[in-house]
This record gives sequence, C-alpha cells and structure tokens, in this order.
Amino acid sequence: MAEKKLMKGNEAFAVAAIAAGCRYYFGYPITPQNEVPEYMARELRAAGGHFIQAESELASISFIYGAAAAGARCMTSSSSIGIALMQEGIGSCIICELPCVIINVMRGGPGIGSIQPAQADYTMVTKGGMNGDAHNIVYAPSTIQEAVDMIYKAFDVADDYRNPVIICVDGMIGQMMEPVVVPEFKPVLEEKDIEKVKPWALCGHKNKRDRNKINSVWLDHTELEVAINERIWPKYERAMKELPEWESKNLEGAEAVFVAYGSTARIAVEAMELLEEEGIKIGLIRPKTLWPFPDAAFDEIDKETTKVVISVELSMGQMLQDIKLALEGRYPTALINRVGGMLLTPNEIVERTKAVLGGMK
Amino acid sequence: MENMGKRVHVITGHFGSGKTEFSVNYVMDLKKELEKVAILDMDIANPYFRSRERQEKLEKLGIAIHFNTYGYDISEDLPAITATVRAPLENYDYETVVDVGGNDSGARILLQFKKYFVKDDSEMLAVINANRPDTDTVEKCINEVESIEEETGIKMDALINNTHMLRETTPEDIIKGFELGEKVKAIKGVPVKFSTCETKYVEALCEAAKKKGYEPVVLEGAGHDPEAAKNGGVEFADLGKDGKMYIYPITLQMRPSWLDVQF
Repeated sequence: MAEKKLMKGNEAFAVAAIAAGCRYYFGYPITPQNEVPEYMARELRAAGGHFIQAESELASISFIYGAAAAGARCMTSSSSIGIALMQEGIGSCIICELPCVIINVMRGGPGIGSIQPAQADYTMVTKGGMNGDAHNIVYAPSTIQEAVDMIYKAFDVADDYRNPVIICVDGMIGQMMEPVVVPEFKPVLEEKDIEKVKPWALCGHKNKRDRNKINSVWLDHTELEVAINERIWPKYERAMKELPEWESKNLEGAEAVFVAYGSTARIAVEAMELLEEEGIKIGLIRPKTLWPFPDAAFDEIDKETTKVVISVELSMGQMLQDIKLALEGRYPTALINRVGGMLLTPNEIVERTKAVLGGMK
Repeated sequence: MENMGKRVHVITGHFGSGKTEFSVNYVMDLKKELEKVAILDMDIANPYFRSRERQEKLEKLGIAIHFNTYGYDISEDLPAITATVRAPLENYDYETVVDVGGNDSGARILLQFKKYFVKDDSEMLAVINANRPDTDTVEKCINEVESIEEETGIKMDALINNTHMLRETTPEDIIKGFELGEKVKAIKGVPVKFSTCETKYVEALCEAAKKKGYEPVVLEGAGHDPEAAKNGGVEFADLGKDGKMYIYPITLQMRPSWLDVQF
C-alpha cells in the first residue's frame, strides 16, 4: 500500500487526477482552488502531460471540449463563478458526449461573492446552469481521501457515461489538510490505443474507416430530439440506477435526521454527538452523489421515531428541494443553514435543532 | 536583559507546514512571559487558516495583531497588509512573531521589511513537516530553505520540526522529522531548534526518543522565563545546536474540532 502523506485538499485533487491518468489540464486561477492549477503547472509535464493556463474559464472548458473529443483524459477546475462561466461549454460537452472531469471548489455567491466556503452551487451543478436537457454527474466528498478516491473513479465514470463529471467540494475541503493515501498510478492511454477504447474519438481515420463526427449543432431538429431521447436520456436513466451513493448513520430510533454533504456533514456529525449527550438522538444521511441524488437513502428512515428531516447546508435550501422530492411528503422538513461564505458551527446546529424539535411539540 | 532569545521571530516554510499553528502557540506563550507581544499576519498567499482568524482570542489575551488595513478579517484575497505592521518591529519594547505565507513566494513580502530582520535582533525559522510531500526528504527540505533564503536574502537560522499526521500522529512521526532535520543540519548547518508536539503526546514522545538514543528536553513556555530558559544549560537562542531533542508542547488553536470527526 502506498505511503500516507499529509496533503492539502487542492494538492491531493491534482495528484489524484494524475494518478487516474489525466494528462491534460486547462485552468484559470481563482481562489480557493489555486493550488490545483499550481500543482498541475509544476507536476503534469513531469508526468508526461500538458498544462495550459487558459485566458479565461470559457477558454478552459473549450480546451476540455477539444481534448476530450480527441480521446484524452482531461480535467479543469475552478470555483463557483468560474464554473458559472463554463456552462455553455459544459452543455456542449454533454450533447457531444465528451467525457471530462471538472472540480468545483465552491465559494460564496452569487456573482464574484466571497472567497470563503459555500455550497450554493448545488442547483447549478445538479440541475443545469447549462441550457437544454442535461445533467452533470456530481460527486460531493466530505474528506480529502474521499475526494481523492472519487476523482480517481470520476475519469472512469466520465468515460463510461460519456458525460462531464463534477467533483463539488466547498472551499474548506480544498484548503484543509488531511492524511491521504494516493492510489496507484494508472497506465496512461497511449495515442495508438485511443481508437480501441474510444472508437468515437477524433484521432484520425487514416483512410481506414469513415470519419468520426462530433456534432454540436443540429440543422434537422428531429435528429436532436432523437439524440436526446435515444442517446442522452437512457444514459441518465442508467446513472440513476447505478450511481447514487450515500452514507447513513444512526437512523434507527432517531428523532430527527440530518441530511448534509461535504464539510457540513462533518460539522453535523459533531452536532449529533453533542445532541446525543443531551439525550436527543439524531440520524444522518450524507449524500455522496448530488446527481443522481440518493433517493433510496430516505427509505431507510425510522418511521416509528423520526419527526422531521433537516437539511443542513451552506445554501438557501437548494438541497432541501431534492430532499422533499425524495421524501414524497412522508416527513415534515426543516432547514438549518448559513450562506455567503459562513460556516455552521456544531453548537449552532445543536441550538437550531432544538428549536426545530421544540416547534414540533 | 532577561531576553534569552531574539526579539523578532520570522516563521517561514512550505505551505501547509504548520507555520500559523506554531506562530499562534508561540505568541501566546510569549505573552505569558512578556508584557508587550505582537503577531504580524503577513500571509497574503493563503485565504484560509490565517492567524487573523484568531484575532478576538489573541486580543483578549493582550496580544497585538496586525494584518490588513481594516483591522478585521475580510473576505479578500488582495496581496496587501497594513502599514501598522511596522509598529511592533520599530518599537523595541515589543517581542514579535511574524507569521509569513507559504513557500518562497509567500516569503517575498519580507523583503520590504528586511531592515528589521537584523542578525542580533531577529531569527529566521523554517517550519518543516516530514509528512508533507514537498518536505519529506533532505534534498526537498534544503531546497525549501534555500529557495526562501534566495527570495528574501535572509539566512535561515533554524528549523522547527513540526512533523505530524493530525489525529494519526505517532511519536515516530515526530522523531522522523527530527532525524530529517539533523541530516539537514549536517549538510546545511541549520539546526532543528525544537520539535513541536501536542501536549497530550509529550510523554510518549520522550520515551520513544530515549529508546532511539536521543536526549529529549521538554521546554516550558517560549523561553523568556529565566527558569524555563535553563533548558539543560542551553540558552533558548542556541537550542538545537547541541544535538539534543528539544520538545516544544503545543495545543491546537487553528483547527476546528469538527475537522477531526470520523465517519
């Protein structure tokens, strides 16, 4: 097993991508994710890859479009407003079925907002941002090791589904330090083998086959409907079956259930421990995928004891909407949140949980 | 003068080496022994985990803190600090800890204050963590030290061994960092002034160090109390030059408890 190192989140994300075989990175600096492009600028060439500092996020995602079309494993990273700027390109990658990995280290918004941690890009990454009928596959790790493992896997998932995969973390996970084991470096797909693995890629027909085409505009709109119905949507239906991931904790006998992801889940767990000391039993559902949302997790809630399901998030109830859809009216819901770059503290969650439960009696 | 060490302590090192955690601990210990104490948060490289986040706590203890022109932490990533950072540097009544941003790029800010960092009055320290991938070998440590020296034109006086693995830290981690530092000393002549250790692991570290044949000396405070400064007969400023393993106990100030929640 590889050696454990103490790494900053952003550094570890970059290492994980290189380990997963990513050899093309395009990015533009923005706090709080700058260590990702810094690491790539320093290390990617040594690993036989290519780093380009793009002139904007719009350029980053356009580079991604090109590299992915040629069959390369490629990644970009940014923060909130930078990801917002990429939306047109992300939508194009989706309809053109181009696999890529995008890391979003979220900060306060909307607009330029703040540089402190937030989770307010939830709706943008899970339900659009880009126009048209489209989804990103979205992973939301709570620890740096989990982020490393998810990024490592994300390239395979992106290739499998031929769709962008977004790793969505709050600024805290990008900036904090944790012990990490970097997974084994995967062999890189060589140019001569691309055609075997990605027969759709634009890597030159050499007069041996028909030209591959990657099409982003449909002159015949009936064909676009067919593309969405027959190519894009069946993949999403498969994703909804295969991809949802979550972790549940202490659901049996819980008076209330917290739903939280990312850093917030860790703060919520400490709050749960504090509440338990006061005799208040709280369960946790921690979505690891935000899209597809882990609806099935909510079937595990203890019907006998649970009075309320509480979304604990750093946004104005964006995840709460998905929780309500998953619950289908089975339980009342509540929201405990902070926004703008402010974190919740365990004690604040404790007090606000007591207020929620007190209001229900 | 009771002052056993230098008046200005410049804390540099790789990003994520633990400069801020050490600086905040050190200035709090200095305050227990001295009246006028200041910390200068000169980190303009990193937007998170800066000593200014502990402004309220430090000011309550009577420690002066200088960082931006607003006087409170704002959500900005402007590479700017307040002109008042010069106040404690110019006032010889103040003992000052300078918490610098990571790497050579973070240390560049020191250039404009270089006149204050004179040999007899200040010390230049580099924090190392042997578990960080960029300072886990002798070559990388020397490279880190030399790149900061080149950028600032200030010679490094000593290393602070801050090797840890957060909640998974073992005495062996700290000893590994000490041994790495000793090798750096052999090549570069820069000694390990002391090894930090969370208070709760100090006893275990002493035992493990003895087993390895090292002579551990546990420091009390920041070394300005004449009693504490005895340190086995060595003046605080000279720690580490005799090859003993000086252990500086710390308590975590920067890391919120929820970061150590286990799923």
